[in-house]
Amino acid sequence: MTAEGVRSTGRVPGRLGGVARVVENHWEWYRRNWRATAVSTIVQPLLFLLAFGVGFGALVRGSGQAAAATGGADYLAWLAPGLLAMSAVQTGAFDSTYPVLSGFKWQRTYSAMTAGPITPGQVALGHLGWLAVKMAGAGLVFVAVIALLGGATGAGILVSVPIAVLTGVAVAAPITAYSATLETEGASFPAIFRFVVIPMTLFSGTFFPVDRLPELVRPLVWVSPLWHGTELARPVALGGPWPAWPAVVGHVVFLAALLAAGTALAVRTFTRRLAR
Amino acid sequence: MADGLVQARGLTKRFGRVEAVRGIDLDVGRGEVFGFLGPNGAGKSSAMRMIACVSPRTAGDLQVLGLDPDRDGPAVRARIGVVPQLDNLDLELTVRQNLHLYGRYFGLPRAAVRAKAVELLEFARLTERADDEVEPLSGGMKRRLTIARALVNDPELLLLDEPTTGLDPQARHLVWERLYRLKREGVTQIVTTHYMDEAEQLCDRLVVMDGGVIVAEGTPRELIERYSTREVLELRFEPEHRPAGDALAEVLAGRVDRVEDLPDRLLVYTADGDAAQAAVAAAGHRPLAALVRRSSLEDVFLRLTGRTLVD
Amino acid sequence: MTGPTTSLPRPPRSWRLMPSGGYAGRAHMLLERSATASRRSWLVFLSGFFEPVFYLLAMGQGLGSLVGVLPGPDGTPISYAAFIAPGLLAASAMNGAVFDSTFNVFFKLKYAKLYDAMLATPLGAADIALGEIGWALVRGGLYAVGFLLVMAGFGLLGGPWALLALPAALLVALAFAAVGMAATSFMRSWQDFDLVTLVTVPMFLFSTTFYPLSVYPGWLQVVVECLPLYHAVELMRGLTTGAVSLALLGHVAYFVVMTAIGAVVATRRLEVLLLR
Repeated sequence: MTAEGVRSTGRVPGRLGGVARVVENHWEWYRRNWRATAVSTIVQPLLFLLAFGVGFGALVRGSGQAAAATGGADYLAWLAPGLLAMSAVQTGAFDSTYPVLSGFKWQRTYSAMTAGPITPGQVALGHLGWLAVKMAGAGLVFVAVIALLGGATGAGILVSVPIAVLTGVAVAAPITAYSATLETEGASFPAIFRFVVIPMTLFSGTFFPVDRLPELVRPLVWVSPLWHGTELARPVALGGPWPAWPAVVGHVVFLAALLAAGTALAVRTFTRRLAR
Repeated sequence: MADGLVQARGLTKRFGRVEAVRGIDLDVGRGEVFGFLGPNGAGKSSAMRMIACVSPRTAGDLQVLGLDPDRDGPAVRARIGVVPQLDNLDLELTVRQNLHLYGRYFGLPRAAVRAKAVELLEFARLTERADDEVEPLSGGMKRRLTIARALVNDPELLLLDEPTTGLDPQARHLVWERLYRLKREGVTQIVTTHYMDEAEQLCDRLVVMDGGVIVAEGTPRELIERYSTREVLELRFEPEHRPAGDALAEVLAGRVDRVEDLPDRLLVYTADGDAAQAAVAAAGHRPLAALVRRSSLEDVFLRLTGRTLVD
Repeated sequence: MTGPTTSLPRPPRSWRLMPSGGYAGRAHMLLERSATASRRSWLVFLSGFFEPVFYLLAMGQGLGSLVGVLPGPDGTPISYAAFIAPGLLAASAMNGAVFDSTFNVFFKLKYAKLYDAMLATPLGAADIALGEIGWALVRGGLYAVGFLLVMAGFGLLGGPWALLALPAALLVALAFAAVGMAATSFMRSWQDFDLVTLVTVPMFLFSTTFYPLSVYPGWLQVVVECLPLYHAVELMRGLTTGAVSLALLGHVAYFVVMTAIGAVVATRRLEVLLLR
């Protein structure tokens, strides 16, 4: 056939359309391989909920010290929004390390996407968009289980799902940007998990109020996105007590700024790597 | 065979119901470069793994360096070198450390291993990359490092499984050159390959394997003389003008040996390629392209098995 | 005897614990290899020490402020930190040994093909098994020493019996490494490792690491008492709090049996795994 005789059926999708295609691509993959991450995304947070919310909760039920820490709330109900945000952060951090490097290096799905009309920036945004969808889904499952266990005090817990998603994506974005700069995982990913993610999950007020930590380390808590997310998600879920409004604004601004900066960086590093 | 490094009689390997090697006889002499030639799944690698003493045989007799691999595996492995089909370098170590640690597995003293590593880095042309990670090395460099690693114990017998598969032409020639150098130093080599040019380049003697059995044996020249014609005429046609292989053979009857009908071309086996080409034209056929070349082991294989090697 | 024979006697396959010619007495070469590799990724190596320490700091201090004191193994009240520290020591011995004997071994076996390279040398399957388990113990032992020092620094050790916590940690690690390696020999893909997580995470959370057995209803107590990590936690807690009784020997016996079963299965399977 001659060149004039062939008419390509390919079209350039719109700016958001390209992102949507990438999300769709992730969803198609996930539909077939959801089992691969079901344990870490859904089962593991539920086990933490059972162990700490129910088990540890039973240990401290009726204790004055515990009531003082939770502001009178039942420990399970107090813990639930924190764990919701924590599991979103864990999903965001994990899915932005090995899977991202794999997209560039092992499975090369990213170069397959950008071989067509999709831009590298759309691949980065699509990755983060997909993570948001996934976290929201996992969060709703989580909320359903909390309700079954009697840990939901009202419909507010549903509103803490988008807050958890915001927190998770805000953590995911800079890690995604960083992963895109790596040639090999080396020591980087284990270091991120053990020196950033694990301390963040332990010291951000998820399991106990941060005022129980020594004065000295408290400034470290302020830079933890999970702490900001938890400070928002918890009063929303419990219906109070509300922090002062400048604090609320501060938490939101911190998370939004981290998300914006991380996303911009991710778009840049994806472009640099895929369009070179 | 007093000087035989490898001797096999009725060597057989079965995996469950699949018989990968179906009773082969082999004799490899000292200083020889011996080849297993065949397509993927012919049983070459299974035979190699038995010779390397990492796969117990199902039946038959096998002696490597005069010892029984099933009983004296470690003693045999101490004296041979193995280059596997896929590089299995230690990615957690540097280039030099790969040589060091591998030498240590052979029980060599540290000082000896260090000295040997310097020599082998030179051999593999990796001296400049000695303290780099293995991961970013090119395919050819990794391959040369794997070969160098197999030489750390000064092996009497070197086993190479597909030594240049996946390398670009330049890298392949460099590997061949290094292997030729080893041959001149008297290292016995057994090579598996599905590349004809590689077998022709490297091997003194080879066996053609197909479906787990040996279908022919000899030097490359002997095999070509025995199973093929001097020249081959390759013809390509537009799909709609392409004659059937049988029809073409009938037209050229008497002038050619036989015609092979492949998906993308026709191969005409003949003593005189130019004369055959003229006869094709005289019969009114207009090929898109015609090429006269000498017979190769590829043709031997096609003749013996009715299939091409690389598909 | 049935008479003179020229060939060497070969015991029937089912009697053999090791593959024939499977041990060249060079297992320590694998230790050398692992030590060399770890020197290059010292950060990852070091990070393994910090995980239980972070848990101890966060949970001991933070959660402890909700609990106050708990009854120790012999009924004497102990601080919450003193209660969870031996649990974390046991869990870290388990996690390290399981990680080394499952993920690490599987990766080297299936992807890096490292064992194929080693088997091409005089090393045999038994050298590899012993070398890998040995390295898991060296590593686990170093972490245990570090953690015990941290415990001593916080005044969480109850007396000289605590010195025995180190060999106890090694025994626990050995048992989990042997069973882990046996399990790995049956694994076909990464998907199967979900099962490893599904076993270790609940064990970590529910084996009285964070609260006493009395929290559970009666039938669940029986289930928990069957878990290997429960026995490890009880053993460590007895030793580090100084509440030593003959019952501790029962826990030791549990791990001796576990090691034996794991070792028999693992070595039998190694031949199948490595020498096809």
